[in-house]
Amino acid sequence: MGTFWFIVLAVLLVGYAVLDGFDIGVGALHLTVARNDAERRTVLNAIGPVWDANEVWLLGVGVGALLAFPRAFAVGFSGFYLPLMIVLWLLMGRGIALEFRHHIADPLWQGAWDVVFSVSSLLLAVLYGVAIGNIVTGVPIDEHGWFQGLFASLLNPYALVMGVFSLALLMLHGAYYLCVKTDGALHERAHLAAGRLWSIVAMLVVVLTVATFVLRPGLLGNYWAYPVWLLVPLAAGWCVVAMWRAHDRRRHGAAFLASSGLIAALLVATAVGAYPYLLRSRPFPERSLTVANAAASPAGLIAAAFWLIPGVVLILAYQIVAYRAFAGKVRLDGGAHY
Amino acid sequence: MTDSVIADRIQFTFTIMFHYLFPILTMGLAPLIVVLKTLELRRGDARYGAAARFWTRIFALNFAMGVITGIPMEFQFGTNWAQFSAFAGGIIGQTLGLEGVFSFFLESTFLGILLFGEGRVSPRLHWLSSVLVAAGAWLSGLFITATNAWMQHPVGYRVAADGTVQIGSLAALLGNPFLWWQYAHVMNGAVLSAAVVMASVGAYYLLAGRHLEFGRLSVAMGVGVGAVFALTQLFPTGDMNSRNVTAYQPVKLAAMEGLFETRYGAPLAILGMPSTTEHRLLDPVEVPDVLSYVAYGSFRAEVKGLNDYPEAEWPLVQLTYYAYHIMVGLGTMLIAALLLGVALWWRGALFASRWFLWILLLLLPFPYIANEAGWVVSEVGRQPWLVYGLLRTVAGVSPNVAAGETIFTVLGFAGMYALLGVLTVFLAILIVLRGPDEGPMERAR
Repeated sequence: MGTFWFIVLAVLLVGYAVLDGFDIGVGALHLTVARNDAERRTVLNAIGPVWDANEVWLLGVGVGALLAFPRAFAVGFSGFYLPLMIVLWLLMGRGIALEFRHHIADPLWQGAWDVVFSVSSLLLAVLYGVAIGNIVTGVPIDEHGWFQGLFASLLNPYALVMGVFSLALLMLHGAYYLCVKTDGALHERAHLAAGRLWSIVAMLVVVLTVATFVLRPGLLGNYWAYPVWLLVPLAAGWCVVAMWRAHDRRRHGAAFLASSGLIAALLVATAVGAYPYLLRSRPFPERSLTVANAAASPAGLIAAAFWLIPGVVLILAYQIVAYRAFAGKVRLDGGAHY
Repeated sequence: MTDSVIADRIQFTFTIMFHYLFPILTMGLAPLIVVLKTLELRRGDARYGAAARFWTRIFALNFAMGVITGIPMEFQFGTNWAQFSAFAGGIIGQTLGLEGVFSFFLESTFLGILLFGEGRVSPRLHWLSSVLVAAGAWLSGLFITATNAWMQHPVGYRVAADGTVQIGSLAALLGNPFLWWQYAHVMNGAVLSAAVVMASVGAYYLLAGRHLEFGRLSVAMGVGVGAVFALTQLFPTGDMNSRNVTAYQPVKLAAMEGLFETRYGAPLAILGMPSTTEHRLLDPVEVPDVLSYVAYGSFRAEVKGLNDYPEAEWPLVQLTYYAYHIMVGLGTMLIAALLLGVALWWRGALFASRWFLWILLLLLPFPYIANEAGWVVSEVGRQPWLVYGLLRTVAGVSPNVAAGETIFTVLGFAGMYALLGVLTVFLAILIVLRGPDEGPMERAR
């Protein structure tokens, strides 16, 4: 059951990264691609109906970890106390900016919230990359089973490059979302931005793959043992190529699917490398939290699987209703709340 | 108690009390918006549509604030209460997970359609969205109350070999005898608050001489719904809830009432100051025998006082006592005011009695205070336990987070929430000043 819930958490994380990923990416692009109030409102209304539901996936990851691996949740969240508080405040900043901006039709009021929205999205994208960079590296768990994450070591070069990569990838993902949802000058700028971001992403995919080989060989054990999983990183590579071909033909829907696939493949590849570790301990590997030693009771995990599965079917059903209701380009005339 | 426990408690208390200001209104307003949307659809009357849109704007602002201030609550289980999460995660993870899967997704997805979908989706789907948003809000209330009810009266668990608690029966968790009356009382309080807010805003329009038709609709709906829910707040929901406290948490009951000596025919304290040094209620105004009746249904029943329990098991007596009396006092005041409103309505004088409209206008903060005070009774009265009888609050905190770190983040939250609170009130006032749309489709800004 531990392994099943490891997969559930990976799926929830992929859902979060793909869905909230595009609206965080849209946020990071907001100030550069949208130049006047109408364009900015178009951008905000493009993610308006969906961003909140997308963010619920993050809650899903957190609560899923609490439910299935209480000890890993407790150690990880308390160990990364201050960094998580920063994530929290950035998430809050984004939400506030989205809701507050439209209440007063004043250029300074709106400009201020545009900056809050964009900067907090940008920093979030970086922090998520840094977080993944550190979780795969491992943390110094003490003899009582706890640790304290230190800022200086969190911001190591490997994790920082991951942060930059995460920002570029989510911006690319968001740019294709905007290409799909908008037209006119905004659409063209998003297309141009996507082209440039694609080269950065493609370059960093190569750099980070090499860096992982050299600096974090521990992540590769599962791949040597079960080479069939190498298909996952290969799929990521294929997504990069497919994205470029779709971009060239201006098939933005396909490019968006490819960027979604790339995010999913990279996270799955990381999860495969990390398994069975939830929180790797360095330098004492025996203190690590794994799917075996951190799991809640099997009875609880089975009970939760019984409600989780119909629950997820329901979620997918109404998310499909929502995305269909808002299919097509954004219009500002009717039903624009922001 | 160490500094870090105090810091963690202050942070949780502050963030949850600020957070709860918003769900009070969203949970209560959601079904009232459904009523307005239904009237719009059934009668084809655009005025109800305009009213629904107005209240949906208020709802959206509060919902956004509820989400923004709600995320820190889930985070804090891990960041500040890590030992509690490690101890009880296998149980509270279930109810919080149910909340995420069955209510947050439902609520947020269909709120998107409710806010952005008018003119894009069919009126029927738009109406359905309002129903599903309300269902999501009420399910969320259910699962979070189930989590709290388990902490008040743990059931359906078993203790594992490593000392943690694990789920024994999910059905027992949701069938917790403490849960359903607590849930009814919480949700009833939310509807009462939303009704008072509605009446208060409506009274403002009538006093200001603007949007008179909308003002009358709001006052009528607010007073009508409010009067009913003010009564059910006391009986049966409040009454049954205190019977559960009597049965499962007798120390809390004694603290609520400031009862030190065990008595047959215990009196109900109306006024008085509990003194934990003198072990008695100072300067009391009491009604003889009534506490025995309220708790056990008999005027001669024995009610245990605080002196029968070791002081280490007492909650903060004064805080529990004052919060309880504030809650009951304000509840009584709301009943009186809203019944007076119904009487005026009966005589056809509700909309013209300026003095009463002023009372309605000024009533606005009090249901909020009563709801918050009720939760203070519930949570402070549970101390020194985090999970009643199983885990002490001091044993629940994160051992690896220093008091200084938490105080640092408390100050961060304090600053941020001060700003958010001011801005939210300011924007809510702006929404009210702009008023409802006069024409049915004048929405585009």
